[in-house]
Amino acid sequence: MSEQTISGTTAEAPHAGGGGHHHPQPTSFFRRYVWSYDHKVVGKQYLITSLCFMLLGGGLAMLLRWQIAYPFVPVPFIGHWLKGMFFFGNNGAITPEGYLELGAMHGLVMIFFVVIPLIVGGFGNFLIPLHIGAEDVSFPMLNALSYWLYAAASVPMLLSFFVDKGAAAAGWTNYPPLSDIAGASPSSLGLTLVLVAIYLAGFSSILGGVNFLVTIAKLRAPGMTWGRLPLLTWAQFITAVFQCLATPMLAAGASMLIFDRVFHTSFFLPSGLMVGGAAAANSGGGYPLLWQHIFWFYAHPAVYILILPTMGIASEILTTFSRKPVFGYKAMVISLASIMGLGFIVWGHHMFVSGMNPMLGMAFMVSTIFIALPSGVKVFNWLGTLWGGNIRFDSPMLFALGFISMFIIGGLSGIFMASTPADIYLHDTYYIIAHFHYIVFGATIFAVFGGISFWFPKFFGRMMNEPLAKLHWLLTLVFFNLTFFPMHFLGEAGHMRRLATSTDYEFLNSLAGLNVFITWSAYYLGLSQLIFVFNFFHSMFYGKKATENPWQGNTLEWTLPSPVPYYNFDVPPVVYRGPYEYSSEEAGDKDWISQSTPPVPGMTPAKH
Amino acid sequence: MEMTANATEAAFHRKRADMRRFGMWLFLGSEVMFFTGFFAAYIVIRSASAGSIVQPLNKALGTLNTVILITSSFTMALAVLASKKGDRKGLVNWMGLTWILGVVFLCVKGVEYAQHFSEGIYPSTDIFHAFYFLFTGFHALHVIAGLVVMGVLWFRARRGDFNETYNDPIEMMGLYWHFVDLVWIFLYPALYLL
Ligand code: HEM
Ligand SMILES: [Cu+2]
Repeated sequence: MSEQTISGTTAEAPHAGGGGHHHPQPTSFFRRYVWSYDHKVVGKQYLITSLCFMLLGGGLAMLLRWQIAYPFVPVPFIGHWLKGMFFFGNNGAITPEGYLELGAMHGLVMIFFVVIPLIVGGFGNFLIPLHIGAEDVSFPMLNALSYWLYAAASVPMLLSFFVDKGAAAAGWTNYPPLSDIAGASPSSLGLTLVLVAIYLAGFSSILGGVNFLVTIAKLRAPGMTWGRLPLLTWAQFITAVFQCLATPMLAAGASMLIFDRVFHTSFFLPSGLMVGGAAAANSGGGYPLLWQHIFWFYAHPAVYILILPTMGIASEILTTFSRKPVFGYKAMVISLASIMGLGFIVWGHHMFVSGMNPMLGMAFMVSTIFIALPSGVKVFNWLGTLWGGNIRFDSPMLFALGFISMFIIGGLSGIFMASTPADIYLHDTYYIIAHFHYIVFGATIFAVFGGISFWFPKFFGRMMNEPLAKLHWLLTLVFFNLTFFPMHFLGEAGHMRRLATSTDYEFLNSLAGLNVFITWSAYYLGLSQLIFVFNFFHSMFYGKKATENPWQGNTLEWTLPSPVPYYNFDVPPVVYRGPYEYSSEEAGDKDWISQSTPPVPGMTPAKH
Repeated sequence: MEMTANATEAAFHRKRADMRRFGMWLFLGSEVMFFTGFFAAYIVIRSASAGSIVQPLNKALGTLNTVILITSSFTMALAVLASKKGDRKGLVNWMGLTWILGVVFLCVKGVEYAQHFSEGIYPSTDIFHAFYFLFTGFHALHVIAGLVVMGVLWFRARRGDFNETYNDPIEMMGLYWHFVDLVWIFLYPALYLL
């Protein structure tokens, strides 16, 4: 980092973020808010775009729930307006094809257009350079490009709703042959468009991953050793490794699937396939199972892309609001890394019933149960952080506590499903839906809400409204559990997922009441989110003006004004200590000490 | 003051080159994973249908293309060397030659494709040709992307943009080009010889 010292001697200091020399902030609207190289603007672009897509994905889920509770009953209002369009039949009820389309698109939108861009693109872009004391990411132009690739990906995705026969309808996992032959699933062009969208979104994610890895490895401020890196940035680093090494596998699989659909190859189609009573025109010679392997080789690591960054967010919040150092910093980093290592060898747990050599199934079962170990280490360390802390129950903390609780429930159900004998029964039931919603909504989205309220001052220079945020937390926690906990019972009773016609099965009749209950809980859960939407936009313009360090945090972003100025740090910061030295002796009468505070003479600095 | 400014400039280029080099390696790592997906699928399907696939490709053209691409990797290495020495003429000539070899490679590939199509062979013909077009198609896309960037760099090199201290775009180009070559070196035996 000696270069930075050299550069400090000239009037025109080079831009640490590789893009060129110190330029004044652009004045045109286009360069400032649209094609901006500023990591903070790119982060906000990701944040706001993905939150908008969350409304879309959530809306689709509301319709899904209507069909499950009231099969083939016309949907009030919406069904009436959109009769015969999209997912609706001529009487305004959801058609079976429409139901499949809703389900597939809900999953695809939420994973590829909401959670990944939100927690990696949004939080990662905004916070990584601030956390490591840099002016920007390594490749600011590439950063803008990855946002716009993501935005471009949404075009074919949105377009697919409007083409003949609608959007993708073969599950978010797109298993062939259903996803492969035009006649097999309800959708035709729409599915191809969605695959193209996933392709573009994946490319954007790879470029983002490369950028983050280089940024964290090369642009840390003097003194910011690996052992002083905030845990959120560590988590983003590990996530970026997944993005670089696992996402290309999805691109490979999607390429082959697109070839199958467009050029009529047979990578995933066996010989002698019958479709609709006639022999398929394809030559055959491929394997449907091949897709499952390729897809899950990507998609299991991808579920970790969906959680690791928010584990980092939770760690930052928990330590700040417990006024205590993170318990077991090293163990936290090691467990992140071992989740990454193990994450690449467990994909087969999604395929226990797909037809696998039982010995192989055994291996996947063991590796999957092993992955619960580092996850457990993290949970215990979070609890250790809270233990004996001087806890402040502000809204970010409430959400972080929600995160831990929901993560424990979701992690426990994961262990049941990891054991092959149990999973043979549970697979493809609502139990799976309960499991991953506990993790992706209960944990990830809770941490996102907490993170937004925590860093709102840095994002927008204002505070969110606390009472509203707390109300939002309470309602979300209650209705979330009312919605998703009963799904465990549905699953145990054998209720299949991806099923538009539950009334056709006599053994499901007794569950109809529970389904109605879940649907109404889901509607209240959905309505509660409007509080957040209001709070977010209202506080952005009318919230209380934030001070520099409203939560008394130690990491470098809290040394900057709120909102953060264009070039972040006027003077390149020097780091002297770890990120979590709360309540240390050196702090004097405060209970926090910023990472850039030099050692106090005559005191022994805390180890780091 | 002049001295410091130059030192700053050089330090800045060094730092940026360092980041770009690391970024390029990571990007190539992800590219390796991309082609690994194809190769894994190919290995699974080829080994399961052992014997039922009779090698149908034109070995002569495939071998010719292998020679062309390896040669172009060599000329690219010479271009990078020239740019490190600040030898503008050498850089322009060697990179120009590399570009021409890349275009020749694509032309040969085009002749092969034309032959297949005239014989009525398409990706949908059978699973072998599906892989053949998948592999060579994506490889050709990588060659085309490389040639576009190389073309831009060639004009910049002729204009004299690069010197001893600032030449990392050429180095990156070299890394990428060797990667494209390397992929072909795996493709050639897998498709034409096995
Ligand atoms: C303790 C750690 C975990 C274990 C042991 C575990 C185990 C499993 C198993 C065995 C399945 C397959 C069940 C089946 O389809 O029959 C599964 C599905 C799933 N898991 Fe987990 N899991 C864990 C953590 C996570 C995390 C952290 C996430 C995401 C953030 C996640 C997201 C998912 C998703 C989305 C599915 C369903 C995929 C689908 O079929 O559509 N899981 N999990
Ligand atoms: Cu998994």
